[in-house]
Amino acid sequence: MSELEKNPEAAAEELPPEALEDPLYFDPEPKEGASAHIRSFPAAPEFMEPLGYPGERPENWKEVALNKMKDLRGKFRSFRLFLDICVKCGACTDKCHYYMGTADPRNMPVGRQDLLRSVYRRYFTLPGKWFPSLVGARDLTEEVLDEWYTYYFQCSECRRCSVYCPYGIDTAEITMAAREILDSVGYGMKYTNEIITKVFKVGNNLGLPKPALESTLEDLEEEIEDDTGVKVRLPLDEPADILLVTPSADFFAEPHIDGLIGYAKVFHATGAKWTLSSYASEAANFAMFIGSYENMRRIALRIRKAAIDLGVKRIIIGECGHAWRAAYQFLNTLAGPFDFLDPNYPVPQHICEYTWDAIQKGQLKFDKSQNDWIKLTFHDSCNVARASRMGDYPGGQFDIPRNILKAVCNHYYDMPEGTIKEETLCCGGGGGLLTDDLMELRKKGGSPRMKALKQVAEEYGVNKMAAICAICKTQFSKIMPEFGFGMDDIMSVHQLVSNAIILPGSEQEKELMEQEEKEEAADAAE
Amino acid sequence: MLTTLFALLYYVAFAIFVGGVAYRIWEYWNTPKPANIPTTPAPTTRLGVAWRMFKEVLFFESLWKGNKWIWIFAQLFHASLWLIIIRHARYFLDPVPTIVVLAQPFGKYAGLTFVLGALGLLARRMFVPRVRYISAPSDYLMLLLFIGIGFSGLMMTFVNHTDIVAVKAFFLGLMTFNWQPLPSTLPLLVHLGLVAIWMIIFPFSKLLHAPGIFFSPTRNMPDNPREKFQPVPWLPPVDQVEYDPPHGS
Ligand code: SF4
Ligand code: SF4
Ligand code: SF4
Repeated sequence: MSELEKNPEAAAEELPPEALEDPLYFDPEPKEGASAHIRSFPAAPEFMEPLGYPGERPENWKEVALNKMKDLRGKFRSFRLFLDICVKCGACTDKCHYYMGTADPRNMPVGRQDLLRSVYRRYFTLPGKWFPSLVGARDLTEEVLDEWYTYYFQCSECRRCSVYCPYGIDTAEITMAAREILDSVGYGMKYTNEIITKVFKVGNNLGLPKPALESTLEDLEEEIEDDTGVKVRLPLDEPADILLVTPSADFFAEPHIDGLIGYAKVFHATGAKWTLSSYASEAANFAMFIGSYENMRRIALRIRKAAIDLGVKRIIIGECGHAWRAAYQFLNTLAGPFDFLDPNYPVPQHICEYTWDAIQKGQLKFDKSQNDWIKLTFHDSCNVARASRMGDYPGGQFDIPRNILKAVCNHYYDMPEGTIKEETLCCGGGGGLLTDDLMELRKKGGSPRMKALKQVAEEYGVNKMAAICAICKTQFSKIMPEFGFGMDDIMSVHQLVSNAIILPGSEQEKELMEQEEKEEAADAAE
Repeated sequence: MLTTLFALLYYVAFAIFVGGVAYRIWEYWNTPKPANIPTTPAPTTRLGVAWRMFKEVLFFESLWKGNKWIWIFAQLFHASLWLIIIRHARYFLDPVPTIVVLAQPFGKYAGLTFVLGALGLLARRMFVPRVRYISAPSDYLMLLLFIGIGFSGLMMTFVNHTDIVAVKAFFLGLMTFNWQPLPSTLPLLVHLGLVAIWMIIFPFSKLLHAPGIFFSPTRNMPDNPREKFQPVPWLPPVDQVEYDPPHGS
């Protein structure tokens, strides 16, 4: 046990003041093993086999692991190249939020890569075979395997490191490969693999079967009608023009569900014929987290099948960071080509692209004052920021959500430079780490983002943060109370849209018209 | 004797260098990039990618964002290296092209900035705890090798002048298989010996970053996964797959 854990308060006093304020603060002295004790639960055999992995570690696990490494090296240029060309310059060492939060050098991106690179060198390169200690090569042992499991499940695959690396080395690629190797020897992670199994069985991460979805959607329709007096539909499995695929947390969790209400209202206001699918009731693709293209494809194909079966013309993805990456960078690649869809729209499209488009066309009417009590900032979800795009120019993924927020909210402030847009800090719970067994890591990894938020809270009185990622939202509602915020200080982007939107024929429209009339009358009286 | 030794050494070193690097490039070239994974925001066109790559290779754009000190030392080191390489072309080309002649005066001092840059990088490796943590013995040796090359070169330029006409004759002789005697001054032999080592280890070490950067998928792919269908080469086409059966509802 380290000093820090024995006596956390004493340690807090010793910390320099900037450690508590500067979002980008990192400990200049790495503390080896500081987060070695944080380990997620491994998966039971019943959650390995459905994914095509062995339930137990095979006798010849070492051979299997090395063969897998060889296989991946032949299949992924990123993996092979990144292991070869890192010059150990150190530019990435202070860029990972898990290093900032834990000071464990194995959480420095290059430190994380080296866990695997050292083994790769030993078995696949001449210098490593001949002079292992000279080039930092080591044998593959059980301890090494455990170390991989520990630290490759302390990476959220957020790609922040790849922004600063002179060669674009993306530790997320190494992490994915490492997890695939671990899975191949029966050493999977409970949380990710359980969820993937659920998708195969039921269709979504939460395990909500069709009847549960139906009743949820009905409840939401009632709620909207009570609120606005307008009958807004949330169709399920109906023939339509648009298939909406959204993370299943949107059916269930707060503040996600308010975002779903927002999408429904936008679709209603634009007169779109849309539907959800019970078969493809999940936009998230956790197989991406474990680097398994086969499983990722199996999940992606559900979207293809649903699109064919429902006869839609477009596919739109709801608010989710990694799901948007899985859709943007992988859907076409794994389940395409989508030549049966309407070629006038990109496949897939993001709900924010749709909403922004409608705003620009003047199809949506807002009463921004509904959000006047909110001073808002926006968390760029890392997978959206660094692994995707929105709109038709680079960086559209930063502008479009902000444009929407500014269209529905009068008080918007960005968090400090260096913590937003392409440099955004991960929420700390991405990449398959959103599990209670990793709570300590999630808090520590989320602390840089929380410090950035605190800065704008103090400077501008920001009281809410919006996000477009299901994982971010869940993670923040969990950790924000630890940092002096409320658990509902995280909001969905489309929740803010939903607050401000004026549906044709709604109570809100009537109120607004009455108010306008009164104002006009007052003006006339003067 | 010495001439023969160095002549053979240089043939071997050159063969390993060229063959090895070519082999690596062939390997990288032939390893699939199964998905479109540029670090975004990324250019959407080939031309845009060329521009991004240009800025990376010449100006280390990402490194600039990452760490200013490393950037300064790395720029000193690499910019000097370019000048030095141009300057050294005069030993292999006859007649000497104008650009090489023009680079002479700068090339001379580039040796100094080259060593300075390498020393800066070495200091970081030794004194910044995070960088020390990630450094293997080979990382230090690599820098010492460069410092050795630079230092022995500087000795010849500024202290103990070498008969460069003879050196040129030696190299031209190597190229035409008509060996000429190599002057046997110590700095020169050290210099040439270290350069040969550098060429030999190049294809087996992190020095591969030089050709490697051009192959980096996060930097060299245009951001167009929606616009262009780029299938995974080892997965069967989509009309040959089986879907998960629908769930009983
Ligand atoms: S920035 Fe890139 S090259 Fe430098 S140490 Fe990190 S991964 Fe290696
Ligand atoms: S991908 Fe993100 S979490 Fe993983 S090492 Fe890089 S910065 Fe850290
Ligand atoms: S959860 Fe959000 S912030 Fe974290 S990795 Fe995913 S997209 Fe990024």
